[in-house]
This record gives sequence, structure tokens and C-alpha cells, in this order.
Amino acid sequence: MSAGILTPPRRDRFALPRGERAWRAFAIQTVVLVLIVAFLAWVAANVISNIARLNINTGFSFFARPAGFEIAQKLIDFGDGATYFDVFLIALINTVVLTAIAILFATLLGFVIGLARLSSNQLVAGVAATYVEIVRNIPLLLQLFYWYFAVLRPLPGPRQSLNFFDIAFLNKRGLFLPYPIFESGFGALALTILAMLLIALALAWMNARHRARTGTGLHSVRLIALFLFVPPLLAAWLTGFPLSWDVPALAGFNFAGGMTVIPEFVAMAIALSLYGAAYIAEIVRSGIRAVPVGQIDAARAIGLRPGQISRFVVIPQALRVILPPLGTQYIVLLKNSSLAAAIAYPDLMLVFAGTVLNQTGQPLEVMIVTMASYALIGLAIGAAINLLNRRVQLVER
Amino acid sequence: MGKLAAFLKSCVATPFNIVLSILTVLLIAWLLPELIKWALIDAVWSGNSSKACEGHDAACWVFIRLRFDQLLYGPYPTSERWRVDVVAALAVVAIAFVLMPVRHAGARKLIGLVSLVALPVVAAPLLAGGFLGLKPVPTVDWGGIMLNIVIAAWSIATAIPLGLLLALGRRSEMPVISYACATFIELWRSLPLIGVLFLAVVMFPLFVPPGFESDRLVRALIAFTLFNAAIFAEVFRGGLQAIPHGQREAARSLGLGYWRMTGLVVLPQVVRIVMPGMINTCVSIIKETTVVLIIGLIEFLAVLQIAFSDPEWLIGDQIRTTGYLFAAVVFWSLCFALSRYSARLDRTMGARPGPAKAPAA
Repeated sequence: MSAGILTPPRRDRFALPRGERAWRAFAIQTVVLVLIVAFLAWVAANVISNIARLNINTGFSFFARPAGFEIAQKLIDFGDGATYFDVFLIALINTVVLTAIAILFATLLGFVIGLARLSSNQLVAGVAATYVEIVRNIPLLLQLFYWYFAVLRPLPGPRQSLNFFDIAFLNKRGLFLPYPIFESGFGALALTILAMLLIALALAWMNARHRARTGTGLHSVRLIALFLFVPPLLAAWLTGFPLSWDVPALAGFNFAGGMTVIPEFVAMAIALSLYGAAYIAEIVRSGIRAVPVGQIDAARAIGLRPGQISRFVVIPQALRVILPPLGTQYIVLLKNSSLAAAIAYPDLMLVFAGTVLNQTGQPLEVMIVTMASYALIGLAIGAAINLLNRRVQLVER
Repeated sequence: MGKLAAFLKSCVATPFNIVLSILTVLLIAWLLPELIKWALIDAVWSGNSSKACEGHDAACWVFIRLRFDQLLYGPYPTSERWRVDVVAALAVVAIAFVLMPVRHAGARKLIGLVSLVALPVVAAPLLAGGFLGLKPVPTVDWGGIMLNIVIAAWSIATAIPLGLLLALGRRSEMPVISYACATFIELWRSLPLIGVLFLAVVMFPLFVPPGFESDRLVRALIAFTLFNAAIFAEVFRGGLQAIPHGQREAARSLGLGYWRMTGLVVLPQVVRIVMPGMINTCVSIIKETTVVLIIGLIEFLAVLQIAFSDPEWLIGDQIRTTGYLFAAVVFWSLCFALSRYSARLDRTMGARPGPAKAPAA
């Protein structure tokens, strides 16, 4: 680093003479380091002696042993001989799927409520504010209990299910949804859709570049829509609509066909989404309010239409403020998903740090794996948001 | 134009707003009367047993009234509950003393210190008992709302000073201290609270030498302290970063050392900035105290869950919903009041004249 004439000289932060100050800092840090190392060594020694005393197995070899217990929700079925590693994967996927669904719905609902709070319609704004203030100030665990024990569990049995247009059914055994069946020819259709998506993306990119260079749009939205809809529809017609839905139907005392979402998942997803939405709504609101009014006035003055104002002026600037706290909120959502243990949804915390820990009797290894998994998923979410964030950040020219 | 007129006008300002207003009114008209009817009008208020509520699909406040003592004290022995009341009364007195507008700075400090230190020193032995002929009450018998308050009060009182030290350490110019604090903070912040509680329950016995006894509540309290200290540390960090460097330099040039500079110049300004954030963290701590139910402590929600499964009250789903509604109202009133207070501080902060105001020319 070059010390230019404008950089102020480094100030002495301590009143002591320079040499003495450095020595003191050195001494303090040495003492702290020795204390930390000594504490960690003491804990490690305790762990080693306790493990020897209690005859606890060590190592990760338990991962290869058969687990021998059932999990209520399996997105991959390993059959009867599932090992502890398979169980770990199943539980991990359960946590990830729950978090992803909750993030999706919480974001959608959160944006709607956040926008509603800014509505010029005071009634709508008031109702949205009431929602946020009610949901944010009640413990998530209580809300979860309400949805699971007071709403979903007392639902009638399969014969008196709540019927959603004969497609989806909700009863005390869970949510029954149609399941897609891919028939022959679906591959060709999927390829067409993918190819058209790529073309549309390329067109959008070219359009953005053109706009950045010249300041005028190519009006390629219609062209993109043409590519996105016409060839896939044509392909679908040619292949004879190769996608059909396996709709659940009442057979005897339960539903057959379709897919079953266990009530624990439904309760978790509802509670997490509603709770997360209240926080996301506040993030969205403060993000949009952070855009100076002058920006909107200026946009209006140069003749942009309301839709254009939000697309080109408000949203890009609001996103800069919204994205970082939104990422933090997603990680909070992930961490909150571990409340699943309270209603026995088989997530990572319950299955791994609960059942597997009890069966193997190896708390050290199991807890390390569980905690590292949460930390890693959290890091992945953070990295994804950072990537997105870099795209919307202000580019100074 | 009156407020009401402005409100009504905003509801019908544009065709889109009219549609929104109609939909919102329909939503309210569908939900609100139903709720009021269920929770208040049709509700059962009087009676002395579950018989009174049988067959009534409405709130059963009799259940809450008959179970009120349990919800408050959990399994704490009935004959000893006066001790909890004494502690609660002392806490109210201490809070009143702290809030008392005392001008003299030294007296304020003394009152604050005495309340903060004396209260736990008196409260903990009084609740636990085992001396002066007081019957010992093991912590497994602590429960109900009292347990939530104990956990929240302990966490807030311990996590704030620890969090402050961590935040100062993280900003230290000494790399060892800064890295150690940053690692500690990020480690706890990356874990879910339930994971930290599990960790405390199953790992604590492994970490300490054999014979080092600690009960479940103590482990949960340690977990709460560490977890929330990391969160407070991040709140304080924001405030520390907001103090202009010139403030520190000015303190230095007056000849103040690190601790006096921090205590007399930096922290008074930081506390004012981070007050809303601190109160919001307190709100989440209050909400989080319910989570100890998962490791088997009988706090408020756990008492409710146990009461629901009492055969006497297995008379319908309205009992459960009533219980949850009651718990929601209790938590909501407390948390809403606190978050309002924090929002008010947030708004008025810029307007308040600071201590470092320049003298009028």
C-alpha cells in the first residue's frame, strides 16, 4: 500500500511509548492464547477420559452399519437395509426440502404483505401491519403447536376430507396431492422447453446489453414470449401431451395414488412460512422505503410509466437493501426448521441428533456431523444470496 | 380533513383500491366476528369442572382459570409457591428502583448495581431452597411461566455483558483476541438454538470431569447465555461501528486509557444507538424460552401440553385452542409492548439531544 500525502499518519492508540505498547499487546495476547489453548486442552482431556471411562465407541464407522428404524417421510427409499449414512441423507433431504418450501412461500407471502403495508389504501396497509405485529410477537413454537395440534390433527378422517376441486385432499393423515407421470415422449418435450428457455435467456441478455449501450429497448419481450410458448406447445401437441397426473382418489379407508405429504410437514411448512413472511414483509417494506422519493419523481419527470418506474427505478434500488437481510432471514428459517423435533417431523435434528445419537451412543461424532450440516447449508444459502447480491450492487462507473 | 376522512378517502381513491378495500372488508367480516363469537361471546366463563365446557364449541376459559396456578408455577410444590411470589415481588421492587428518576449519577449506579446483583443472589437460593429450613426444590420442579421468566431474565442479564465483551474483543487491534472472539461469535451464530440445547444436554457431561454435577436447567441456561451472547455481540458491533473515530481520538488526546475511553466515551453513545436492537433481541429471547420444552423442561407451553392430555379435559378440541389462545395473548402482550417501546426509541433517537451537543455559539 502506498502512503500518499493525503493518508493521515497512523495514530498511536495507547498513551504508552511505542515499544512498551507493543510489548504489552504481545503479553496480553500470549496470555489469552495460552488460556484458550489450556481450556481447549482441558476439555479435550476430559472428553478422552470420559470416553474411555464410559466405554463409548469412537470414529465414524457407524455410518456403514444398518440403522434399523423407520422414518415417516422418505424421499429416497433405501429399503430395509438402510445404513446410518442413508438415514443421514434422508433426514438431510427432509430438512432441505422443508426449508426450501418454507423459503418459497415465506418470500411470496412476505413480498405481498410488505407491499400491502406500503399501499396507499390505509385499510390494506393496516391489515398487513396487524398481521406482522401479531405473527412476529408470538413464539414460533406456539404457532407450530397451534397448526399441528389444533388445526391439522383434529381434521376429519379420509372419508370426510377437505376437498380442493377433486384434485387435492386434506385430512388428519396428511395432504394428498396429484403426482406427475412422465410418459414416453416427455424427454423430447423437456428438451424443447429447456432449449427455448436458453434462447429466451440469451435474448433477454442481448436485450439488456443493447439497453445498457444505447438506452433504448429492443422490444423483444414479445419475441421472447413467442419462443417460450409456441415451440413447447407444438412439441407437446406432437408428442401427444406426454404428462399426466396421478390424482389421489378415495379407496376404502384411505387415499390411493398421488403423493402424500405427512401432516407434520404441512404444519411445519405453514408455521415457518407464515412466521418468516412477517419478517420478510418488514425487510421488503424498509427496502422499498429506502428508495428516495426524488428517484420516483425524477422517473416520472422523464416520462416513465408506473410499471417502468417500478421495473427500472424502484425494484433495482430496493433489491440492494433487501437482499442482504433477506439472506440472513433465509438462514434463520433454516435454523428454525429444527423446531421440527417438537412435533416429530423427521428432520436432521430429530432423526440424527435424536434417534441416531441414542442408538449409536456416540454424541461427539453425531453432534459434530449435525452441527456441521446446518452450518454448511447456512453457508450455501449465504453464498447463493451473495452471488445474487453482487449482480444487483451499484456499479460505479 | 379529519383522520377518518383521509382514511376513507384512501380506501376508494382508485378503482384498484376500491377492489382491494372490498376484498379486505370481506376478509375481516369473515374472520373477526367468528373469532369474537368463539373467544368471548359463546365462551364458557363460569364453572368448576370440565363439565361446564363439554359440548360447547367455544373458548373454555374455565380450563385456564382452574389450571392457572399450574401455568404460573408448573410442578413447583404448592406449599412453597409463596417463595416464587416473594421473588416476583422483589423483582418488581428492583425494576421500580431502576426506573426511578434519580438525578444523582452515583446513586443511579448504586441502585442499578444493587438491583442487578442482589436480586439473583437472593432469588436463586430462595427458589432452590435447602437452607434455613426451606424445603429444597430441585430445578426439575421449576416450571410454568415462572421458568420462562427465570430463563429470559438470566439470559438477558448474562448475555448482554458477555456479548459486549465479545463485540469489543472482535474489534480489538490485537489479532489473537479479535480472531478468537470472531470465531466464537460465528460458531454459535451458525447453529440452531435447539442444536445448542441438545449440545448442552448431551455433550456437557463429556466436556467436564466426572463428578461435576449439573442439572438440565443449568445446562440450558449455559446454552442460552452463549447462544444469545453471540447475537448481542453482533448487535453491539453495529453500534461500535457507528461511533466516529474522532470520538475515540478525542478521548485519547484527553489522556484516557482503553477502558476509560470505552466506558466513558464510546459505550454511552453505543448504548443509545443499539437500544432498539437490544430490545428486539430481548423479545426473541422471551419467545425462545419456549424451546426448552424440547429438552424436557416444563415451561409454560409444556404445562399446557401436559394439561391437554389430562383425561378430565379430553372433552374436545376447544380446550387446546383455548390454551394456545391464552398463551398467545400472554406472549403477545409482553413482546408487543417491548417491540413498540423499541420502535419508539428508534424513532425518537435522532430527535433527542445528545450529550455531545455542540455549545451554542
